[in-house]
Order: sequence, then C-alpha cells, then structure tokens
Amino acid sequence: MTIASGTTVITHARIVDPSRALDEIGTIIITDGRIAACGASEMNQGIPDGAEVIDGAGLVAIPGLVDLRTHVGEPGSEHRETIRSAALAAAAGGVTSFVMMPDTDPVIDDVALVEFVLRTAREIDLVRILPAAAITLGLKGSEMTEVGNLLAAGAVMFTEGRGTIANAAVMRRAMTYGRDFGALIAHCTTDADLAGHGVMNEGLFASLLGLSGIPREAELLPLERDLRLARLTGAKYHAAKISTAMSADAIARAKGEGLSVTAGVSINNVALNENDIGEYRTFFKLTPPLRHEDDRQAIIAALADGTIDAIVSDHDPQDVDTKRLPFAEAEDGAIGLETMLPAGLRLVHNGDLPLMRLVELMSTGPARIIGLDAGSLAPGRLADITLVDIEEPWVLDPARLRSLSKNTAFDEARFTGRVKQTIVGGRTIHIDGLMLGAK
Amino acid sequence: MTSAENPVAGPFPPYPHRHLLGIAGLTYPDIANLLDRAETAIDLSRQREKKRSVLRGLTQINLFFEASTRTQASFELAGKRLGADVMNMSVASSSVKKGETLIDTAMTLNAMRPDLLIIRHQAAGAAALLARKVACSVINAGDGAHEHPTQALLDALTIRRHKGRLDGLSVAICGDILHSRVARSNIILLNTMGAQVRAVGPSTLMPTGIAKMGVTVHTRMEEGLAGADVVMMLRLQRERMAGAYVPSVREYFRHFGLDAAKLALAKPDCLVMHPGPMNRGVEIASDIADGSQSVIEEQVEMGVAVRMAIMEALMEPAGATAP
Repeated sequence: MTIASGTTVITHARIVDPSRALDEIGTIIITDGRIAACGASEMNQGIPDGAEVIDGAGLVAIPGLVDLRTHVGEPGSEHRETIRSAALAAAAGGVTSFVMMPDTDPVIDDVALVEFVLRTAREIDLVRILPAAAITLGLKGSEMTEVGNLLAAGAVMFTEGRGTIANAAVMRRAMTYGRDFGALIAHCTTDADLAGHGVMNEGLFASLLGLSGIPREAELLPLERDLRLARLTGAKYHAAKISTAMSADAIARAKGEGLSVTAGVSINNVALNENDIGEYRTFFKLTPPLRHEDDRQAIIAALADGTIDAIVSDHDPQDVDTKRLPFAEAEDGAIGLETMLPAGLRLVHNGDLPLMRLVELMSTGPARIIGLDAGSLAPGRLADITLVDIEEPWVLDPARLRSLSKNTAFDEARFTGRVKQTIVGGRTIHIDGLMLGAK
Repeated sequence: MTSAENPVAGPFPPYPHRHLLGIAGLTYPDIANLLDRAETAIDLSRQREKKRSVLRGLTQINLFFEASTRTQASFELAGKRLGADVMNMSVASSSVKKGETLIDTAMTLNAMRPDLLIIRHQAAGAAALLARKVACSVINAGDGAHEHPTQALLDALTIRRHKGRLDGLSVAICGDILHSRVARSNIILLNTMGAQVRAVGPSTLMPTGIAKMGVTVHTRMEEGLAGADVVMMLRLQRERMAGAYVPSVREYFRHFGLDAAKLALAKPDCLVMHPGPMNRGVEIASDIADGSQSVIEEQVEMGVAVRMAIMEALMEPAGATAP
C-alpha cells in the first residue's frame, strides 16, 4: 500500500468518529499516512508549511468504510469482477477496506491463493483488500483448511462464502481448532433441506407469485446450532448475514451469555424488503432472501441497540446470463460496494439510525471484528477517510458503476448523500467520481 | 345477438389489456367481457362450419416448455378456428433444452414477427418476462405455480353456464393447492366475481398465507365440501404422492379423494370439476369423474371457447369495437 508522504490537512469538515464518539466541525491533519491530529481544537493550529489542503466545508469526514463481505470473480470468473474492478468500485463507494470472500475458482483454501490475492492487491495499490479463507477445503464442508498457515499468510477470517457447513461435527472441529489460533469463523447460515427449492422469503407474497418460499427457520436452525457450538468451544464466531427478527434475538441471547459472538447484516436486508421483488425482478433475488417488512424493522432495531455489529455490502457480481432468467432460475446476489453508504444514509434521513451509529456499523464495528487498524480517526491510526456530502441528491445510473457487473438492487434509485472523496493511507484515490492512482 | 354471418363479433366492449399474463389485475368487467365473448364462441364451435377469419394473416406461436397435450391442442384449435396461422414449438425436444435461455428464444421468435405468443413454462413469472421482451401479445398458458388464467376463465364459464352466475356460489378447491397455478388463478377470479372460495386439503399442500388470499381453509374434506355448489379437484403430481407431501396414495384417496360419500355432503346439484389430466383413484373416484354431476368433459369444450375469446379480444384492432 502506497503511503502518502508529507502532510495533508482536511479543513472545516464535520468529523464523525464513532471510535471516540466525536461529532464536530474540525480539522484532520494527516502525516505519513496516519492521522496526526483530528478534531475541533486542531482548527486553531494553522496549516503546516507545504501541506496539501482539502477543503472539507459542507462535507462529513468519516473513517473509511470496512466491508466484511465482498465477492469478487477473480480468480475464475473475471468477466463478472476482477480484484481490480472491485477495488475501483470500493474506492468509488468510499470503502477503504474489504474482506474478499473465498468462493472463487479455485477456492481460497490454500496459502498460495491468499498470497495471490494480497500480491494482486499490492499491485493494484488502491484500497485494502483482505482475503478470507475457506473453513473447509474446496468449500466442500468436510476437511479443515490450514488455519494457522492461512492466518500467518494474511487471511483475516474463515468462512464458507455463500455456503453453510451442514455437518455439526465439522463445524465444531473447525471452531475448536480455530479457537487455539484466535481465528474468526464467519458463517452465513441456511439449512439447505429446509430452504429446499425456495427462492424468496416464505409468506403470502411468495405464495401469490407462485414461488417457493424459504422459511425464516432455515436461517435460524443452523445459527442456533453454531451459537451452541460457540459456547461449547469458546470460538470467535461471526454470524455473517442475518435477516430475521428471530436471528437477531438469538444473537442478543448469545451476547447476553458473554459469548464471543458478533453479527452482520447485508445492506439489502436493511434497505429493502420482499415487496421490492415486484414482478419477478431477479436483481432482488438474494441470499438471505429479502424478508417481510416486520423483519426489516426488527433488523433496524437490532442495528440501533447494538445486537448487530456490522452492515456489509454483500457485493456479489452476477452477469446478464445468470440474471436474465425466470426468477427461480436466476442466480442470487447483487452488487453493493458503490451503494452501501447512500443506501445506509436512507436510514439516517428517515430517523431510523443516527449518523454516528451508521458509520460505526459500516466502519468502526467491522474493523473491530477483524482487528483492523482502521475504522477510527484517532491520532496514530491509519488515515483511511471517506468524505461524504450527506445531503446531495442523485440518481444511480448503472452505466456509471465501476463494477464490471451491473446487477444492482438500486437501479435508478434516488439517493440523498454521496461519496465525494476517498482517502487510503493519506492518499486520495477517488475524488468526485474520478479515480486517482489506479494502476 | 349472434348472426350466422359474423357470430362472435357482438357488441362487446374493447378489451383494455395487451396481454393475458394472469387473472390478477383483471377487473369484474374484464372477466365478464371475456366470458360473454366466449359464449358466442361456443355457438361457433358447435356449428358445422367452425372457421372464421378474424385472425386471418396473423401468426400465433405456441411455445410450450412443459409438455402438455390438451392445453396446447386447445390453443391450436382456438387459433385455427379464428383463421390464424398456428405454429407449435415443443421446446421439450429443441435447442432450448440445450442451454438457450428463455430470453434468447423470445428474441428469436420475436424476430419472426408473430402476433400472438402462447407460453407455458415451468418457472413462475416466465410469461411476464417474455412479455417484456417481445413486441406482440402474450398469453400465459401456465407459468410454474403462479397462474393459468385461461383455465380459470374456462372454469368460470363452465360454472356460469350451469349455475347462471358466479357471485354467491360456494366453490371448494381441493387437493394440491401449494403447487397449483390453477388454484391461484381460480381463487383470484372467483373472489373477483363474488364467489366464496374454500381451500381444502392437507396443510402440507397449502401455500403459506393461504388464509389471507380470500379463502376459508379446511383440512378435512367433509367440512370443506359441506353445502358446496362446486367442487374443483386438483391433480396430485406423482412425485408428490409417496412420502414427500402425503404418506401414500391410498391414504390420500381415503382422506382427500373425491368419492360418492364425500360428494354427498355437498349440495345435490354440486358440479364436479377437474382441470385434467385426472389421476383416477388418487384425487377422484372413477365413478364420480364419469358421473352425472361431472362437467369435466365440458370444461375441455369451454377451454377452446375461452381461448378463442381472449385471442380475438387481444387481436382486435383499436377502434374496431363498439365504444
């Protein structure tokens, strides 16, 4: 990662830093890629000679977003998304770090592949790309990967990607072994048998559309199993994408018992509900499925009260061939890196979440979960900063998305709030839609 | 009202939709209009000279991704009686099976400039997807477990001809409602027309939220059939019989099959209907299927009439009908 040498000063920005519960107009001084000073009191210190000055007036400066769940097509499906195009999309969306999911082809289940991702990320030199490794070899759900070696190589978490480990004994062993290395196990839970051929949330709307439903219990049963195993093993467990009120309750109970458990939710399940599927719109075919509005409201309450720790983009590029199909036959997934912040700001503008909490859920919280030295504007921390005009109205034009795939659930959506500038390690990589320094 | 010269073109109000993708979205007048038109088509079909020329020069393509002898034949006959050039694409045995997508097929067919596309597909929403991609009118001949609008229309026509009305009737729809597009279309149509609908069957074969679809739900046939004016039996697919949704055929027939004892609980003049093809001895006893209350064969005749009516309504040039 190239670190900007010298000094950069952001002036007159509204600084929102959940790590210090700071929300004030102030100045941020960046020296050699790290925050040197940040706050209202720095305003009187003057600007150091030779410093680059960014006028932050009218903008909100937040720690750069940290996305715990980005699917990339490289290696294996580069036509959907390369590591480079994902990095550009992240930069445009104000995401300064993302965790790359291991369900590529080949699967990231080996040290060489972790090194491949890190090497590619270094060559692109844009945002921080943090590989997640598979829990089991080939994501087959049976044999454990080399947890210790993968951690040493730079894997930040272990996950089965889109899949769920069905075998409880395999899960238990992975958690037991992982615990000894301090590994974080992130799991997206779906009971394959109970979900059956389901393609959307089970309920009246699915019945009217004639589509098979996925009951909410299909998410809950393996989640509750995992939480019991977390208690049994003492492993660090992250419920990667919960979507229902029942799952949020299960997480709250586990946290109440003092387990080392965290939870994430996809921005899609926060911003949308099953009615958005409308007349079989496949860009809204997602895992977990979009739920009933009651569940969405429960998820928002769980975001507000601290039960859920992170909002993820769940960026999942799918090309036209896999989406231009009848609903039941289309692939799941939507891209999200470039829209997660504006979609999240809807909650702020609606009064559902304070801005401070949204930033915590998209930056400080996820950074804490993976132990990343980001998600904070405190002096000494990495200068990963996103500047946002939270009042700018705009309409999403899919043609202008940086992602190679255009399967956005926010096609032509109206947003209020736009990312204006993205800074990684003190270096501006994106300003007003213009990409800088991309190799 | 009909003349021998031009028997179908009565003073019908224009039909306000471009496609027939489902019953959902149709109003009471829309449905009544189609049923009235179908009445005149019955007269035509019962003449020696059955052929008319209102669709002459127009091309109708039957695009059937699921094998279906009777529905495809019914649409073909309806088109031919109106003078259309009809082409059948049985996709079960064509390139579409080899990976060509529905949309590619649609674009290819669209380039041949058809005027009417009839589609049956195993996926819910397939007809709506096709309709967005082609320039012509689309009729849904069944899409997954979603809708089968012409079946509901022909059922309504059959009932109306026997009972003189639809509103106020008690109609029991029995069996595999979960997987049935026929049930969904009928529930919507009968509700729109003012009938009282009962959904009858084991809970494993009921869709979630069925009670909110405007029906009363019964898990016992005895209860669901009591005092009914019409009973519609649904086909139970073979792969769902043994253990998957119901334990066995004999158990299903005993508890949910329509036999004389159960039918006796309905009104004495209760109509017995079935969309076909029937599994005799599974959902319906043979003697009931062939009995005096059965209108199952008549449903087939009404099918041709209803399909003629909807095709003509969709193909009517703007301004050609009475205001």
